Parts: sequence; structure tokens; C-alpha cells
Amino acid sequence: MLGLIIDIIVYIFLIIGVFFSFLAGFGLLRFPDVYTRLHAGTKCTTFGSIFITGSVIILGLKMWYLGSADGSVLAIHTAGALIAILLTNPTGAHAIARAAHKSGVKPVGAVVDGLDKVNRKTIKDQKEKMEEKK
Amino acid sequence: MIDYFNVYIIVLIALLICVILAIIRVVLGPTAPDRIVGLDTINTIVISSMVIFGAAFREIIYIDVAIVYALLSFISTLFIAKYLEGGDF
Repeated sequence: MLGLIIDIIVYIFLIIGVFFSFLAGFGLLRFPDVYTRLHAGTKCTTFGSIFITGSVIILGLKMWYLGSADGSVLAIHTAGALIAILLTNPTGAHAIARAAHKSGVKPVGAVVDGLDKVNRKTIKDQKEKMEEKK
Repeated sequence: MIDYFNVYIIVLIALLICVILAIIRVVLGPTAPDRIVGLDTINTIVISSMVIFGAAFREIIYIDVAIVYALLSFISTLFIAKYLEGGDF
């Protein structure tokens, strides 16, 4: 009975993960802008990867509970992969968005662009510092 | 109950379709940041599909490969972003 419940939980997690991966793919195709595409392509794949790796962790814990020594290794290593995804994916998305704004891509349909003023101010400060050095 | 192996193979095929959707964006993308967003999405989906592959074949080494792939793709993404920004390193 417990095994059946755990199987159903694993399948539900897999379905949620695959659904969010498909949302990421369609969002990449349908959105009009770099920033909205980044929003779709990064958040949805992070959320989907949490559920896909979570299903593998639950499977490993079940194998460990049933007496297989490989199950514990599977669960712990998959938890390491999950931690790597959680640390690296949002940081990379932030770096891409900042680089896209600095390379001159404007958001489509945006009324106020607060980061633009900040960038101009920092560039101005840097130029003043360079002139002071000269 | 259905065997885990068949379920994981079906999930792998579904993730392959997601990768193909992202490849279409990489080919079409009008600007360079669009292509990088597509590449980042492909990297994340490949990491999760490597974990699924390791669970399907009961091989722990594929999951270690997924961890190393995650860290290396993070470094490459940061480097490409820094290249797009311009300026000094």
C-alpha cells in the first residue's frame, strides 16, 4: 500500500515537471521580448527541474527503504544536482538580463526604464574618475 | 504497476521535444541575448534529463555528470554575459 502511494507521488511529480518544461518551451517561442523570454525560460525550467529531481529523490528513498544500498547514493547525488541547479540558474539569468540591458536591447512596450538612469549615472561617474586621474 | 523504466523513457522523449522548441528559438532569435536565453534553457533541460537517464538505467555516474555539467554551463553562461556587456575583464 505504501509503495503504491509513493509510486503515485513520483508520477505526479514527473507530470508537473514535464508540464512546466513545456511551458518554458512555448514561452520561449511566444513571448515578444528578451526579458519576457528570460522570465519564461528560466523560472519555468527551474521549477520543473525541482519537481523532476524531487521525483528521483523520492524513488531513491523508496529503494533505500526497501533494502537496496544504491538507493541512498541515488538520492544523495540527485540532491547535490538539485542544489547545483538552484544555485546556478537564477544567477545566470540575472547576468544575462544585465548584459542584455547593457548591450542596448530595450524592453518592448515599457513606459519607465529605471535601470537606464542608473547605468547612465555610473558611466558618468566612471568618466569623471578617469578625467580626475588624468 | 507500470515499470519505472518505460515511464522515464517517455519523460525523456517529452524533454527532448522541449529542447527542440528551445533550439527553434536559438535559430530564429533576432538578437544575441535571445540565443543565449535559448542556450541557458537547453542547459537546464539537459541537466534534468541526465538525472532522469541515471534513474532509468540505475547508473549513479550519469548524475555526477549532471552536477559537473551544471557548474560548467553556469561558468560559460557568465562568461558569455560578460562578453556581451563589453568593457574590461
